[in-house]
Amino acid sequence: MTAASRPSGYVPLLMRLDRGGMVLLSVLAAAAIAVPALNLLMPPDSPFHVPTYLVSLWGKYLCFALLAVSVDLVWGYCGILSLGHGAFFALGGYAMGMHLMRQIGDRGVYGDPILPDFMVFLDWDQLPWYWHGFDSFAFAALMVLLVPGTLAFVFGWLAFRSRVTGVYFSIISQAMTYALLLAFFRNDMGFGGNNGLTDFKDILGFDLQADGTRAALFVASAIALAGGYLICRLMVTSKFGRVLMAIRDGESRTRFLGYRVEMYKLLVWTVSAMMAGVAGALYVPQVGIINPGEFSPANSIEIIVWVAVGGRGTLYGAALGGVLVNYGKTYFTGAAPEIWLFLLGGLFIAVTLLLPKGIVGTLSQWWQGRRGFGLRKRARPAVPASEGGAAE
Amino acid sequence: MPIRVNRALVLAFALALVLGVLAAPSRSLAQEAEFAELVATLATGDFAEKTAAIAALTATGDPRVQPMLEAMADRRLYLREEDGLVAIGEDDAEGLRLIDVLTGEEAGIVGSRDVDRIRANNRMRGIIRSALGTMTLMNPDAAVRLEAAETVFRSQDEGALDALEQALAAEADDAVRAAMEKARAAILLGSEDAVLRLEAVEALSSFTDPDIRSMLAALLVQDQDGTFAETDEAVRAAATEALDAIEQRLALWRTAGHIYQGISLGSVLLLAAIGLAITFGVMGVINMAHGEMVMLGAYTTFVVQQLFRDYMPGLFDFSLFVAIPAAFLVAGAAGVAIERGIIRFLYGRPLETLLATWGLSLILQQLVRTVFGPTNREVGAPSWMQGAIETTAGITLTYNRLYIILFCLIVFAGLIMVLRRTPLGLQMRAVTQNRQMAKAMGIRTGRVDALTFGLGSGIAGMAGVALSQIDNVSPNLGQSYIIDSFLVVVFGGVGNLWGTLAGAFSLGIANKLLEPYAGAVLGKILVLVAIILFIQKRPRGLFALKGRAVEA
Repeated sequence: MTAASRPSGYVPLLMRLDRGGMVLLSVLAAAAIAVPALNLLMPPDSPFHVPTYLVSLWGKYLCFALLAVSVDLVWGYCGILSLGHGAFFALGGYAMGMHLMRQIGDRGVYGDPILPDFMVFLDWDQLPWYWHGFDSFAFAALMVLLVPGTLAFVFGWLAFRSRVTGVYFSIISQAMTYALLLAFFRNDMGFGGNNGLTDFKDILGFDLQADGTRAALFVASAIALAGGYLICRLMVTSKFGRVLMAIRDGESRTRFLGYRVEMYKLLVWTVSAMMAGVAGALYVPQVGIINPGEFSPANSIEIIVWVAVGGRGTLYGAALGGVLVNYGKTYFTGAAPEIWLFLLGGLFIAVTLLLPKGIVGTLSQWWQGRRGFGLRKRARPAVPASEGGAAE
Repeated sequence: MPIRVNRALVLAFALALVLGVLAAPSRSLAQEAEFAELVATLATGDFAEKTAAIAALTATGDPRVQPMLEAMADRRLYLREEDGLVAIGEDDAEGLRLIDVLTGEEAGIVGSRDVDRIRANNRMRGIIRSALGTMTLMNPDAAVRLEAAETVFRSQDEGALDALEQALAAEADDAVRAAMEKARAAILLGSEDAVLRLEAVEALSSFTDPDIRSMLAALLVQDQDGTFAETDEAVRAAATEALDAIEQRLALWRTAGHIYQGISLGSVLLLAAIGLAITFGVMGVINMAHGEMVMLGAYTTFVVQQLFRDYMPGLFDFSLFVAIPAAFLVAGAAGVAIERGIIRFLYGRPLETLLATWGLSLILQQLVRTVFGPTNREVGAPSWMQGAIETTAGITLTYNRLYIILFCLIVFAGLIMVLRRTPLGLQMRAVTQNRQMAKAMGIRTGRVDALTFGLGSGIAGMAGVALSQIDNVSPNLGQSYIIDSFLVVVFGGVGNLWGTLAGAFSLGIANKLLEPYAGAVLGKILVLVAIILFIQKRPRGLFALKGRAVEA
């Protein structure tokens, strides 16, 4: 079902892009230049001025888009439906939050040079061991990748090795994020209990409230999304990616052909978790808080919806879905909070029943129909007709 | 209490008494005379005589003694000057209303100058109080005696020892006897004689009671210069031994209590998961809106109870019997509608069903929030579900939990019967095993699917009735159970109702056994981690269905 005429071997990165990917990268590049410019250079009363809150808001959407891309990588291309990806996102966010907490220094309410406020409040006299090192940005950045990566590696190794698939995998990944939710709510864990980490002051010496920092974070999010997209694209267009899709469409058959299915799954799962961690790390300084609510199973399910709405198995569709659904959420929770859940719920049902390929899939089908059958067969991995993994 | 006294007897004695209603003589002549004399002594004697009279009155066990002594301790007992009548006085607008202690009848209203208050100093009042405590030990009502024994146990009043021993000799009721022995041992523990103390410790060691544990532990306390509260070494050794024994039994009781709580939690989990076991296990549909079916059931209970409150408040105790079928029908109908409207288009695509039903659950939650408001709704408990069974070791078994365990087992048995013995159950199993073949045999598979889904949802609704008795009825009710329910089904083994049963109870008990050691939250986390690890070992759950398929 995928393109037959793809050259194997080395292919330049740009040639691996499909049209949607090119659009995505161009839009990101344009936004990364235009938004900070319009925010910083235009005078505040100019009609072209982009207010800072919008910069942060759209930066947040880009983080969600990256998260959606990471989910699409495992769900769309390998058939692993994770109901716990929010956990990786939150862990990355906590790692960044811990660094930002340490950066506060003695500017906290209690003025302790080392301990964050909540620890002073709990009467702790020294930093727990796992907080050491987070005063260094490099260490924190490493942890943003390593903590979600390690958790995903261990969890995935256990699950894939014993061939926990489909629905079973979904449910234990949900149990994982649920367990973390409960754990992070505990004050004794040393992560601020249900208040989480907040009151951040600056990052790398730059004031977090400053317009320039906000714009820089926006650009960083755009770059991260572009980079994440390219990594995923690289993976799914390589030989490795084709094995992934084979696993998605027929796991046992792939195994019988001699591929070590669990290794493929483990690698893609871990990479995806790390990407989610990066998304979380960029998300935290832009919204200024991270709390255990991010671990809630409902959040993880919502990510799945972004991907489903945008179009599963396309990567750029997932990014589009992440931005669109969240834009809708911001709009409707402001304009009509009581109908937001009706809309979101209705969206779930409508997309699964009416648009099984998501917005992107449906649009491109319609586009191809207009162009005439067979005129332009784009090499694009299609959504499988039968859902991967758990079916049959 | 009206006290009937033969008028003739009253007249026969020098004490002039107001006439009572003629009644059959209930006591012997001599006893009554003695009693009257004691009352007179109480009023007029000196301190020693009064003390003796109190003791003697107490020993009679006469029901008139208690109110009289109580009145005396409260300085409400009076002697009428003109005729020497002893009476309890009650303040009245016109003066003092007198009530004769012997007959219990009103003896007119007098001014405060016509009567003398019978004096009782502090010491006397102390004597009266302990006398009152002991005299109830002889009360004909076993419950009163038990209460009295407990009172003595708590006060450890040495003065009560004689009365206690007397009562013990006459006691026939085992429970009361045990309580009395406990009280006696507690008193003896404070005695001067080491032999008696030793005996007391030995007697106490056979009781399982947190109070006794602390009492014995107090003996072993060392003060600053190292002397023990208990000076005798043999007694200390016995106390240590007794403490160990009590501690062990208490631990056993606590474990039993935890297991009971675990079973109770397990039954709640089972109720929530059993409907899921049908829709998920039998049909392969992941119904994320299952929790909302539970919620619908709980709100149905609320509505039914409101109707009862408005129209038939007298029959409120029966409201649950109406609520159970109503909840089944409401949730079941919702289930059928969901199956026909959404799920039937998504068979064979479990992950998409998950998304669609999750969306549905959001809509249902918001719907209920819009209709009933976001706050908790008050669902009442019928009177027969209130109260609890108390055990000696301080463990309480509440009735509502007991009924829920019972209800859950009945529902489970009923479901098994439906699946095994009814045509619908047969068709369900046929469709589950081989849809095409079932269709070829003339089974209307679409209809069976809808009914199966309705059955699972209906059971979830009934679970909602039970949960409304122990949990807050709010739009989020279902959410809090859905994850646990899925884990129960997956842990027990999909498609196997007995597995669900085993899964629910083992998770419930494991949770409650871990709780005292790890705390509620950490215990739950440990259980979750254990399940995740368990699934690695047995990817198809505790009781996996055997089959030839490589991939389930």
